[in-house]
Amino acid sequence: MSVITPDPQRSSDPGARDASGPPADALLTVRGLEVHYPGRGGLLGRGGAPVRAVDGVDLDVVRGTTLGLVGESGCGKSTLGRAVLRLSEPTAGSVVFDGTDVTALEREPLRLLRRRMQMVFQDPMASLDPRQSVQSLLVEPLVAHRLTDGRSEQEARVRELLDLVGLPSSASGKYPHEFSGGQRQRLGIARALAVEPDLVVADEPVSALDVSVQAQVINLLEDLQQRLGLTYLVIAHDLAVVRHIADAVAVMYLGTVVEHAEGDDLYTAPAHPYTIALMSAIPVPDPVVEDARERIILRGDLPSPAAPPSGCRFHTRCPYRQATRCDTEVPVLREVAPGHVVACHFAEQVASGAIAPA
Amino acid sequence: MNPADPLLSVRDLEVVFSSRGRADVRAVDGVSFDVRAGQVMALVGESGSGKSVTSLAVTGLLPARGVRVGGQALLRGRDLLAMGHRELEGLRGREVAMVFQDPMTSLNPVIPVGLQITEVLRRHTGASRASAKERAVELLGRVGIPDPRRRVGEYPHQLSGGMRQRVMIAVALACDPALLIADEPTTALDVTIQAQVIELLASLVREQDTAMLLITHDLGVVAGVCDEVTVMYSGRVVERAGRRELFARPRHRYTSGLLASVPRLDGDRSARLVPIPGTPRDVVPWSRACAFAPRCPAADSACASGHLALVDDGPAHVHRCVHPADEPPAAPSATPETAPTTAPTTTTGAPS
Repeated sequence: MSVITPDPQRSSDPGARDASGPPADALLTVRGLEVHYPGRGGLLGRGGAPVRAVDGVDLDVVRGTTLGLVGESGCGKSTLGRAVLRLSEPTAGSVVFDGTDVTALEREPLRLLRRRMQMVFQDPMASLDPRQSVQSLLVEPLVAHRLTDGRSEQEARVRELLDLVGLPSSASGKYPHEFSGGQRQRLGIARALAVEPDLVVADEPVSALDVSVQAQVINLLEDLQQRLGLTYLVIAHDLAVVRHIADAVAVMYLGTVVEHAEGDDLYTAPAHPYTIALMSAIPVPDPVVEDARERIILRGDLPSPAAPPSGCRFHTRCPYRQATRCDTEVPVLREVAPGHVVACHFAEQVASGAIAPA
Repeated sequence: MNPADPLLSVRDLEVVFSSRGRADVRAVDGVSFDVRAGQVMALVGESGSGKSVTSLAVTGLLPARGVRVGGQALLRGRDLLAMGHRELEGLRGREVAMVFQDPMTSLNPVIPVGLQITEVLRRHTGASRASAKERAVELLGRVGIPDPRRRVGEYPHQLSGGMRQRVMIAVALACDPALLIADEPTTALDVTIQAQVIELLASLVREQDTAMLLITHDLGVVAGVCDEVTVMYSGRVVERAGRRELFARPRHRYTSGLLASVPRLDGDRSARLVPIPGTPRDVVPWSRACAFAPRCPAADSACASGHLALVDDGPAHVHRCVHPADEPPAAPSATPETAPTTAPTTTTGAPS
């Protein structure tokens, strides 16, 4: 894409809190990203405090790997995923994709760049037009990006895509409602892959599927990554699913990343109290494990992202909360082990057991 | 009634949906199970398994037209399926209460939540307005809603999803029901909130001696709370066992396949998942063969029988499989979908 001028200057945004630069092989680098929505309230339904859906996030996704982004509803993970593709307009910060700052692009270069960044949505029934045949669904992105000419070439490409996601070529004449949930998600993946992207942002790709079908789609995503060298940003609430497919994991709470680790570190040594609570809340399908577990039950609900708590945003629900600092001082992400960063003032004491949960 | 007798006994339940010009759909096909006081029976299955239709049939909530319901659902010996509309209405909310997946569709959006609780109380117990309100505040407090005195006057939209589900549970508990039917009560909730709600439901069963029928697709939730598990597939029970027994020794190939396909927090991270091929839609009618056969790695001609009965397999363990899974639950051999290169995470081991 020769039209796009790489602009590496933008990646060193002065507003970014993380001083460390991106890894050399990062395909996607997010720095100081904020997405605020106008608040509601007041006389004209405007003028309330803005909803800080994403509020200062730094992330790197290394080429050919998978970053898992986990959190509960309302934590901003989906907004972040959309902002990476500029489907939501960032309020501040930068999103650098392969050397190009996506947030600074004009309409046409952005359109061209989007060929290389595609999205897979949670509910394939809602993201596939029910009145379009599979053939038409898969050809549409090719035409939009002027990647094909000629009917025979299109048909060959559709067959190839269907084969790639494990669907028979006879599927091309059918409509979305004729498929099961898992097959529809395969179509959603095929559609994303039609334009041969480098980055795929998958937002809850398996959570709408039957349990017995989820593993098929997880395996498919893994296979495709290997075959095509894809880079994934997988957004999910299910830590077990993410653990299975991600090379690195970031945990979000109320618009910010609270912990980020490589490999299995987040699971073997969770350092942020929220991560610890989240892990302990996830049921394991094994009664022997379940009966032996001490579960940390978090009190209360997620605070409003329009009025996040002072200091550490998690302090209102944190079982390890201390009398000082937690409610006054915003914790920054700091390294507790190589490649493992956490935003908690007392991470070491929590890990060593010096501070017990209330 | 003998205390050892089940509170609810469902026998040979059948639900057939018929619409003109189409073949009948046998959604529930001869399902039997018991629910005892102070215990949780989990009904596990995927979409199309008939688990939700079972609960709707038991509570008389299926539409009257186009549905045929057969069999019995005996609550303390009285058949719910034979009761008239009025009799059943008198029972629902008082002796049998329900909690559904989505509290936003089960709560009335234009009525304050407190009134939705007092409505139930006044109808069934004839409580006065003032005492019903006091009880509503008490119930909201009991299900863990902070500041219940203020919350009674609020509308459902003013509450978070987790709080709405608590309100649903408070409504269900208003008259101290003997039987609580919870249909995917935590599916719409975040995991940390799910943990709160599950804990709440489990404590009710323990402390109030309530009998609970828990309908879910989530094996993790089942592993944590229930006493017995009934696994359904395509309208029939395919396996039933005590909680620990079922997870340690799943016998039906659907159960073992399901357990092998779920990614686990404590499993081997690099091991490839072993999916069940196909989808829950790929079924054959039970009248001809095992409905799971098209997806089963062990299926052969022996499975093509219309008379596959539940067989006893050890104490309180039954299954409907011609080729039951071995112990420990082994990976099904290579499936048409994928050829696994590594063994799946086993489900028998101690915590790793």
